[in-house]
Amino acid sequence: MTKLARELLFPLIAVVAAFIVGGILILIVGDSPFVAYRLLLGSALSWPDGIGYTLFHATPLIFTGLAVLVGFRCGLFNIGAEGQLYIAAFATAWVGIKFANLTPWLLIPFCFVAAIMSGAFWAAIPGVLKARFGSHEVINTIMLNFIAVALISYFVQYHYKERGDPIMQTSMIGEGAHIARFGKFIPGFPERIPLNLAFLLALLCCFLVYLFLWRTKWGYEIRATGSNPYAAEYGGISIRKQIILAMAVSGALAGMVGINEVLGYRYRYYDGFSDNYGFTGIAVALLGRNHPVGVILAALLFAALQHGGIYVDGFSEHVTKDIVQVLQGIIILFVAAEAFFKWLVGRRPSFQHLRA
Amino acid sequence: MLELRNITKRFGDVLANDNVNIVVKPGTIHAIVGENGAGKSTAMRIAYGFYTADSGEILVDGKPVDIKSPHDAIALGIGMVHQHFMLVETMTVAENIVLGAEPGTNLALDLKSAGAQIRQLSEEFKLAVNPNEPIEHLSVGQQQRVELLKALYRHARILILDEPTAVLTPLEVEEFFMILRRMREQGKTVIIITHKLSEVLAISDEVTVMRDGKVVGRVQTKDTNAAELARLMVGREVLLRVEKPDAKVGKAELEVRNLSVTDRTGAKRVNEVTFEVRSGEIVGIAGVEGNGQTELIEALAGLIEPERMSGEINFEGKNLHTMSARVRRELGIAHIPEDRHRRGLLLDFSLAENSILGVHYRPPVTALAGVFLDENAIQRRAAEIIKEFDVRPPNAVLPARALSGGNQQKLIIGREYKVDPKLLLVSQPTRGVDIGAIEFIHRQLVSLRDDGCAILLVSAELEEVTSLSDRLLIIHDGRIAGEVDPKVATLEEIGLLMTRGH
Repeated sequence: MTKLARELLFPLIAVVAAFIVGGILILIVGDSPFVAYRLLLGSALSWPDGIGYTLFHATPLIFTGLAVLVGFRCGLFNIGAEGQLYIAAFATAWVGIKFANLTPWLLIPFCFVAAIMSGAFWAAIPGVLKARFGSHEVINTIMLNFIAVALISYFVQYHYKERGDPIMQTSMIGEGAHIARFGKFIPGFPERIPLNLAFLLALLCCFLVYLFLWRTKWGYEIRATGSNPYAAEYGGISIRKQIILAMAVSGALAGMVGINEVLGYRYRYYDGFSDNYGFTGIAVALLGRNHPVGVILAALLFAALQHGGIYVDGFSEHVTKDIVQVLQGIIILFVAAEAFFKWLVGRRPSFQHLRA
Repeated sequence: MLELRNITKRFGDVLANDNVNIVVKPGTIHAIVGENGAGKSTAMRIAYGFYTADSGEILVDGKPVDIKSPHDAIALGIGMVHQHFMLVETMTVAENIVLGAEPGTNLALDLKSAGAQIRQLSEEFKLAVNPNEPIEHLSVGQQQRVELLKALYRHARILILDEPTAVLTPLEVEEFFMILRRMREQGKTVIIITHKLSEVLAISDEVTVMRDGKVVGRVQTKDTNAAELARLMVGREVLLRVEKPDAKVGKAELEVRNLSVTDRTGAKRVNEVTFEVRSGEIVGIAGVEGNGQTELIEALAGLIEPERMSGEINFEGKNLHTMSARVRRELGIAHIPEDRHRRGLLLDFSLAENSILGVHYRPPVTALAGVFLDENAIQRRAAEIIKEFDVRPPNAVLPARALSGGNQQKLIIGREYKVDPKLLLVSQPTRGVDIGAIEFIHRQLVSLRDDGCAILLVSAELEEVTSLSDRLLIIHDGRIAGEVDPKVATLEEIGLLMTRGH
């Protein structure tokens, strides 16, 4: 229990401190922080819209948060979730369009496989490059982001756009590929709110990632590699394989954003749909302390802010929804400051050392 | 001359010094001995002003003094040489020596007069170093002389040396002792912190023994012996010499033929090495560190890419050359690495998780089609290792980081023994380990040998390799410089092969 409290302490401090600093900024701009925060958080908790949209926005962030987490646990920094999810969303839509007439029992699994495999493939590229040539995954994942975005835009613009459509989007996927929205099952919950079954899939993935990393031999090998690659090697673990495996799993998780976006929300690929999900996923993983449960909590917080931002925009005098970005930024600064603080503490010689 | 009176110092909950009294007589060499964590360094760092005591007083020449910082200590004529040298690699000897006490005016540095002074000092104490040589070109032994000169340059009358011989070769140790004796002749007082009993007996006049933060003994060196000192340090009888029956040697398990290993720059670290290890024997490899031992062991353990090796490694008739570390482990090769933090442990993982490294992917620690880890089996395994190898504290959920060096080592040894190896590669098994645990580890190695395991032992501790090994190879510059019978060979003979290679 105390361990849990310790784990929660720093993220909580970071969030509270961010809100205090953000409040001061709001004051400087000339609004009341209390009004702004009530708009921001109050709206996120309203039924059904606030809660519905918060959970909907949280879905991609859980996926990308998990993706970054798996990378981190192997000592890898996957900044490429953004590119991976674009590739995957397009691949999902492509399958949904190409096999539009299949029965849902086949089409939905096909689309899932497309999302997962294409994300895994795109992330495995920098994994292989690192394992084979030692080139740094941070550089390569960033570069592959640009390639992914440009490549998919090209396909949409020249090959998959409906004739005459001024918007950069593909045609619709088959009805059979749609996955149900929550409105279908919950009375009083309107179906216009795009919260869909992908949210439950995200929660399931949290559980599966936990099982994978902490309960299987593969997870042990990935974590051992991340913790001390030399010791892992000594223990007969091929660190090259772990790098590729971790990147592929990471990319598969990022790719599942495509399931939420294409199969549950827009029913087509819409160019530029991602609201920096891949990058916010880094923040989610960090604030969530690289643990699946933490990822859920952090994703919910960021999603609530994202949704509340719209209301701040509409109802306050000076503050705009940019305050959300500001808060996210400050939270990350404080989370990073924790690492800095721990580093400082860690540099102090231990008592063992003092008495040696 | 220097006296610590009733010194008490706490770090958090840890009582590092508990009412410590130490009296060092002028013009003597005084040894302070004790196990890791006994509080000897703490006491000396208090005398040097690194820490301030919670209570108690320090007297120099019979007068109470107030030492708040190393600055105060230096002003009183106290100098300290740390275990890890504090030298600027790219600067010259002279520059390092004057650093912080630069001669000349505030603006101009007068290195010439400093150079003259340094030359005079090195002549007086026979500390031969070239003042204009950059530190990075010096050997470890020479760097130590620079540290000594640094203290002498600041007019130190009392020199505190923290584990000064830890980094030296046997020959350098001899030279170093000569320097210390010369200093004593010149009227200096030397305090040497160490845990090597042979050195205490060889060099000191008086000994203060510490245990658990307390002074437990104060003896004249000529009136004591190693057994008594060890008993005082550990608090019980300790067997210093390894007692072992003659080896019952079986067939050759490991055959190495013309093995060469190059490093990443292409330099040959191991050069055409040929030897064999038979079941039931311990083959020792003695040598100054950095002469290819690390690369040799890693090559045998499968931790070096096949492209960097040539020659043959045969284990039970099978050529290991391209086999991975995992396959070698499956064949029955266990490995206790020289650097337990870098290679041997996942410091942030629990003891339980560490106890399965290397076997984590197969029964008995996996379940459900071999995919999932069997938590109960892992806990059982960890509990067995902790119990059989007396790992303390006996709590499998602690991270490995929380253990002392000796207990970390016991965990690694327990883990590697658990697989019933046919060949054990073991490097520096007792580095940084307390005397009590050393005895235990030595007995374990001998009993594994008697069970028919072939053991290849690398150690920088000459006494350790000579007393444990049944055959002793000496490595120099990547080559086997010779083989001696450890029962009859003298330390001088071995030391000569280690440094000259013939």
